[in-house]
Amino acid sequence: MSAAAPTRARVAAQARFETRTLLSNGEQLLVAVVLPALALLGLTLATGIGIGQAAGEPRVDVVAPGVLALAVISTAFTGQAISTGFDRRGGVLRFLGTTPLGRGGLLLARVAAVLVVEVIQFLVLGGLALALGWRPHWSGLPLAMLWWVLGTAASVALALLVAGVLRAEAVLAVANLLWVVMLGLGVVLPAGRYPAGTATVARLTPGGALGELLRSAFRGTGTPWWEALVLLVWTVAAGAAAARWFRWSD
Amino acid sequence: MAAVVAVEDLRKSFGPVHALAGVSWTADAGTVTSVLGPNGAGKTTMVEILEGLQRADGGSARVLGVDPWGASAEHRARVGVMLQDGGLPARSTPVRLLAHVSRLYADPLPVAGLAERLGIDRFADTITRRMSGGQRQRVALAAALVGRPDVLFLDEPTAGLDPHARLDVWDLIRSEAQRGVCVVVTTHSFEEAERLADRVVIVSEGTVASQGALGDLTAGTTLEERYFALTPRETR
Repeated sequence: MSAAAPTRARVAAQARFETRTLLSNGEQLLVAVVLPALALLGLTLATGIGIGQAAGEPRVDVVAPGVLALAVISTAFTGQAISTGFDRRGGVLRFLGTTPLGRGGLLLARVAAVLVVEVIQFLVLGGLALALGWRPHWSGLPLAMLWWVLGTAASVALALLVAGVLRAEAVLAVANLLWVVMLGLGVVLPAGRYPAGTATVARLTPGGALGELLRSAFRGTGTPWWEALVLLVWTVAAGAAAARWFRWSD
Repeated sequence: MAAVVAVEDLRKSFGPVHALAGVSWTADAGTVTSVLGPNGAGKTTMVEILEGLQRADGGSARVLGVDPWGASAEHRARVGVMLQDGGLPARSTPVRLLAHVSRLYADPLPVAGLAERLGIDRFADTITRRMSGGQRQRVALAAALVGRPDVLFLDEPTAGLDPHARLDVWDLIRSEAQRGVCVVVTTHSFEEAERLADRVVIVSEGTVASQGALGDLTAGTTLEERYFALTPRETR
């Protein structure tokens, strides 16, 4: 009689499959690694651009955490939204839902694949930042990891909401547009360098909140509780909305 | 022996539209059942309920004695599904994909033999997005078979295949039935139903217009004539 592989083996197999698919996708690598690396190099080296660093603080200390936040949004939001949107249209979600993996296993595997890809991004981008002279407050690392997981949860929830409600072409447009908007709105550079109104909006976006939280952790400037609350609210609200409105078929 | 697939007074509505308005039929182990019906007749909704993809509003659906909605991984391992739109990831090559799907099962078929039998080895390096419709059909069929299922739901398994490939797929489906699998084939092809089916279920406007053994159902006429007599030209 036919039988299912153990749960852990199924989820691990799907996570490996998803990770390999993500890493072999040229467009995804461009958004996940190449563009963040260019932002890191450009903003660190282009000293004419004001980035709101403290007196005597190396530019890279401000830029590097923001670029890591951008990496999270690239993979956990933009990448996931687009791949889920097209997989939904192609019937991939429905097919995998009928296999022993099931819908719950598929969700777990996708989150695991996102975390693996993010770790690879952190190694590449963090390594580049260290080479550029980044000196993070290593004592902030545990807090940064907490914000990373929360930022990933918020991004994946938003990705599922967008991908589960809109048509695939609209997902592509919206996911890329929001990536560009968040890039310019507090993810890479501190909200404080913007005019007051823009700064308030930036602090209310998940990208802006994540950027601020990672900068605070790695610069050793404490915890901005407002941003932590904003990110938590986004996670819960988007998660609840995705659970309510996500459609598995097109 | 209890039926492997048992549908009784199954109901499902989408707003004011009654997609299924009380459907009943059964299918046994070791047989091929062809489900025929016009577009919009309720076939897809019915089969998706049996695959656990949709929840019925009323009545009962049982596959291997289990309600498919929210069924366990162990149940899903016994049910092979081939969807009409394939459900294959766009960037994957077929052998890599089949090897992956096989890892979801405890005792899968060897992928190499399955790929060879369906001619998939001849386009092993082609990603899904660049495959022809017929090639995708073959990969989707292989994905449904790889877990050695006890029940197979196949949605138009030979659509888009050339005549030789169609014969190969029919042979494969018959051999699955001979090893005891309960096969349910949704099709628009009378030839496919006549070649394959032990039993035929004709669905029209959310109800079963007729069902029975192929010979009993046609009784001196052709399946095509019987079908047109039972189903309206236009449905919702």
